[in-house]
Amino acid sequence: MTITLLRVMCAGFDPSPDDSRRGTRLVLRRAETTAGFDRLSPVKLWRSPAARTGASVAIATGLYGVSFGALSVASGLDFWQTQVLSLLLFSGGSQFAFIGVLAGGGAGGAALGSAALLGIRNAVYGMQLNALLQPKGWLRFGAAHVTIDESMATASAQTDPAERKRAFWVTGIGIFLLWNVFTALGALLGGAIGDPKTWGLDGAAVAAFLGLLWPRLKAREPVAIAVACGVVTVVVIPFVPPGVPVLVAAVVAAVWGLLGVGAADEGLEPDVEPPHRAAGEGRLSSDEGRMP
Amino acid sequence: MTTWLYIIAAGVVAYLTKLLGYLVPAKVLKNKRMTRVAGTLTIGLLASLTMINTLANGQQLTLDSRIGALVAALIALLLRAPFLVVVIVGAAAAALLRLAGLP
Repeated sequence: MTITLLRVMCAGFDPSPDDSRRGTRLVLRRAETTAGFDRLSPVKLWRSPAARTGASVAIATGLYGVSFGALSVASGLDFWQTQVLSLLLFSGGSQFAFIGVLAGGGAGGAALGSAALLGIRNAVYGMQLNALLQPKGWLRFGAAHVTIDESMATASAQTDPAERKRAFWVTGIGIFLLWNVFTALGALLGGAIGDPKTWGLDGAAVAAFLGLLWPRLKAREPVAIAVACGVVTVVVIPFVPPGVPVLVAAVVAAVWGLLGVGAADEGLEPDVEPPHRAAGEGRLSSDEGRMP
Repeated sequence: MTTWLYIIAAGVVAYLTKLLGYLVPAKVLKNKRMTRVAGTLTIGLLASLTMINTLANGQQLTLDSRIGALVAALIALLLRAPFLVVVIVGAAAAALLRLAGLP
């Protein structure tokens, strides 16, 4: 496998006789540094069902970067601020939370707080992916950045270790690229249309949050949590500064999670599910040992 | 300028949170409580953000076209529409209701 990849990587690399030894050393060094990628050669990827699943999830998820870009500009951020959120923050829910709080008149600190809290589940994904994929060395730092709902879900839906890696990297990198391209497109579009309210962009934000919440409401308990937190939010809105109601709801949800005794993976569903999991099955833990 | 600081800070915090998962020892994974709280937090925050974006106008609660967007998005989700369609349906509902004269 490594050799296939090296052949691909070194295509066009033609060492002349006198520096052929240097060439060999170069090849060896490349072999070491790319060991983690040896299952990701283009040929293998083309034939891999996991990579194809990852690509389709990446396209579906990446596309709605348009809605983020447009809503972000409507919330008052400029083009580059919007783009940097997609490049650095890169986690759909947290990004929507950040601009959602700003759009509601909340302070930057409250926006930061709710984005950070919504990102906590990514630490859990990181632990699970670290065990599943065992990325080595610097690869972990790249893996961490593309650790999101969708890359976690597509990777955990695979049983073969090599397929798992392909699913994770194709989904993660694919979404990162497309999400950023479509964020830029949405930001340009949002900036060009004038008053966002005329186009119902505030309604789009409502729909976006409901759409992010929806796949997580598959049992009675998550519905109860959602209703409780929704009611608490509405009750406290008139009494606290904008942005704070989200944090109050977060406390309610955390206490519920600490004291209640329900499923351990409630709420950890991707926004766009891998095709074979779309039938409503597939919790992270029960996915072990199942093949599509 | 301070907005930029919050944006950068949010990015750094989000990345460190993700990285933390890769750096903690594997046995922490056995702690089901952390997994559970991460999940309930996600649900609670998204539910809260849905309500705020529907009803809040600063510190006031207002009923306007956004209610229509919520209902329309709900219907789209019940009909299993993909995310992007749901968002467009929400926008269209709010825009049409405004065109009809609602605030």
